Amino acid sequence: MKYVDEYRDGAVARRIAAAIAKAADPARSYHFMEFCGGHTHAISRYGLEDLLPANVRMVHGPGCPVCVLPVGRIDMAIQLALRPEVTLCTYGDLMRVPGSHGASLLRAKAAGADIRMVYSTLDALAIAAAEPEREVVFFAIGFETTTPPTALAIKLARARGLANFTVFCNHVLTPPAIRGILEHPDLDGVPGPRLDGFVGPAHVSAVIGSEAFAPFAREFEQPVVVAGFEPLDVMQAILMLIRQVNDGRQEVENQYIRAVTPEGNVIAKAEVAEVFELRDSFEWRGFGAVPLSGLRLRDAYRDFDAEQRFAMAEISAADNPACECGTILRGIKRPTDCKLFGTLCTPETPMGSCMVSSEGACAAHWTYGRFRDHARRNVA
Amino acid sequence: MCLAIPAEVIELLPDQMARVSLGGVGKVISVALVEGVAVGDYVVVHVGFALTRIDPEEARQTLALLAEMGQLAEAAR
Amino acid sequence: MSSEIRRRKLDLKNGRVDLSHGAGGRAMAHLIGEIFHAAFDNPMLRAGNDQAAFDVDAGRMVMTTDGYVVSPLFFPGGDIGSLAVHGTINDVAMAGARPLYLSAGFIVEEGFALADLKRIADSMAAASRAAGVPIVTGDTKVVERGKADGVFITTTGIGVAPRDLVLSSDQARPGDKVLLSGFIGDHGVAVMSQRQNLAFETTVQSDSAALHELVAAMVAAAPQGLRVMRDPTRGGVAATLNELAQQSGVGFRLDEDAVPVRPQVAAACELLGLDPLYVANEGKLIAIVAPEAAGTVLAAMRGHPLGRDAALIGEVILDDHHFVQMITSFGGGRIVDWLAGEQLPRIC
Repeated sequence: MKYVDEYRDGAVARRIAAAIAKAADPARSYHFMEFCGGHTHAISRYGLEDLLPANVRMVHGPGCPVCVLPVGRIDMAIQLALRPEVTLCTYGDLMRVPGSHGASLLRAKAAGADIRMVYSTLDALAIAAAEPEREVVFFAIGFETTTPPTALAIKLARARGLANFTVFCNHVLTPPAIRGILEHPDLDGVPGPRLDGFVGPAHVSAVIGSEAFAPFAREFEQPVVVAGFEPLDVMQAILMLIRQVNDGRQEVENQYIRAVTPEGNVIAKAEVAEVFELRDSFEWRGFGAVPLSGLRLRDAYRDFDAEQRFAMAEISAADNPACECGTILRGIKRPTDCKLFGTLCTPETPMGSCMVSSEGACAAHWTYGRFRDHARRNVA
Repeated sequence: MCLAIPAEVIELLPDQMARVSLGGVGKVISVALVEGVAVGDYVVVHVGFALTRIDPEEARQTLALLAEMGQLAEAAR
Repeated sequence: MSSEIRRRKLDLKNGRVDLSHGAGGRAMAHLIGEIFHAAFDNPMLRAGNDQAAFDVDAGRMVMTTDGYVVSPLFFPGGDIGSLAVHGTINDVAMAGARPLYLSAGFIVEEGFALADLKRIADSMAAASRAAGVPIVTGDTKVVERGKADGVFITTTGIGVAPRDLVLSSDQARPGDKVLLSGFIGDHGVAVMSQRQNLAFETTVQSDSAALHELVAAMVAAAPQGLRVMRDPTRGGVAATLNELAQQSGVGFRLDEDAVPVRPQVAAACELLGLDPLYVANEGKLIAIVAPEAAGTVLAAMRGHPLGRDAALIGEVILDDHHFVQMITSFGGGRIVDWLAGEQLPRIC
């Protein structure tokens, strides 16, 4: 695959690893947060941790839209799907995510709800057109990447007069969450590690542009390197971050120049701005309420808003109090520090956000990396 | 996690749609979000939409830089 | 029973299965005669008994049964019928046995097109003839509309293995080598490409095939060196190796670069956020072999058309946690874990 395989070359990776080892100052440590689940996945899937020196530590951030969706929103979707007239369309990622009391869309489907996995918002539109007697609701989640396709589907539904199509909107924004982490690095008085820089999102940046991260470099004096999701992209970004730290620079650099420009995708941003507006606050699972971090449909498009059409009531549900996702997402603790990890909380029975999707910090460690814990223990 | 992959545009279709090929696998996607897409372009595909075009020159530069970083490390050994 | 039927009574072009086809009367006799007996025709079936009787050679008897439910019923490279024959032959063959006979049970949904049922029966017959393993007895039931998804098939297979050949999933030992007979993920990708709402265009075909002759070649090459054989169907190579790790009380270390994956399968998996190691196969086998026999067995596999792309993909290691580990093509390490639930597309 062109533009994929060449960024997965293990031989180049080992040379970059050597360059990283050489650049990293042994007298200090480096804590970098990769915000995106896509980076977390690449790091775990390709075993990048094995290629980094011990004093370069990656903190897995909250950038997985499945993980951060609060339990209450899942409960709302399940309630909606159980209405006899509703066909709920969703990306496959959401099917297994647990709501309250062990409920999930997969279980609701087994109980008779009409829930269909789709690849694209356009598939949901096609279902609405083919089955006019059904109320077709698209369960929309995702960051700035996934939002423009939802916006276009809503505009197309209006243009085609599809009155039976609505969207249950759960789209969230990246920069407010990063701001939240930087403004509140501690949790319940426990201080987090000082972050030495961020690996900025790949495809989110393709839409919003690398300049969207400039405030973090300026205000919070954080080096940021926007990076692609292939393993060599991540390795190169880590090396660039180390060099910024060593040089005392705090800039936004763009490693993913083949797909990301400073201003991003102007068309996509305009489509989103036309259809959506900011919510005052939106809850992030494991993180709590983050101001101005979620989107809802503008009044002009209220006919396509499932929350309006079905008068959906907010449901608020709490996570297991023993869950450490909040501290893990801030880099204060590691997955293995959580009492629930691997006991009550596994990918089969996730209790907290970090275990929900394979991009979550705990799930990635459980699925790909937990052999290292045993190796460490055996050495000790 | 914003799974998105580069695919080659092989045919432009009506209604701002296009057929793309990803390593020989075909898929019809929307190109409504990217201006002036042409056959032969590589676009980054996410949930059935092209999000951006891959810049071949920048891609080449990244690879050259990766190779150079590696060589520097080799030379320093 | 079929000998009484002289005239065609089924409208094989436009007709549909109805409840009378399962009621035990003349309609059922017509259905069985014109579709199943006509397709599977052999002396034992022709005898028209409710069972098949046959002599077998001395050895270890091997028996297996498997239910087939697949959506869609027809897919590139096969259909539920060929799958039901190949899958059961393979389960017998994985014991190192020569498969002898099959039985087939059909549960058909009211309203199912007779033409499709005939197409499936003909495909089963072709698969069974090509494999030299006849379908000698069977059963047919019809259920009301909505109580089955078109047709379900259960096949039972019986075979015989040499008395001194014992292949079992608890026999993998540290140091043993892991052989894989060819490219992985073809079946799962071919089936997924046809699924509504997730569809994509691919030339990948299901690898559905009967593996007993490949197995025979392996057994002939190194009967003492074979420890375990398994066909990695649902859950793919990952599920099979995790099961073996548990059952044998060992771990595995795989080399990602050595695992054969077609570019189109890799690409389809990228598209849907799947991992080829978890995607189903229907014509591949994994063999755990003693280290000294690995070269001989691998050569025997590569000498057979169904093992042409066979590869040594890893080895059995000592591991109290029974992890399947993998050295990635990138040089790092990872676990290839059990699948959590069904493998779902991961997109956003």
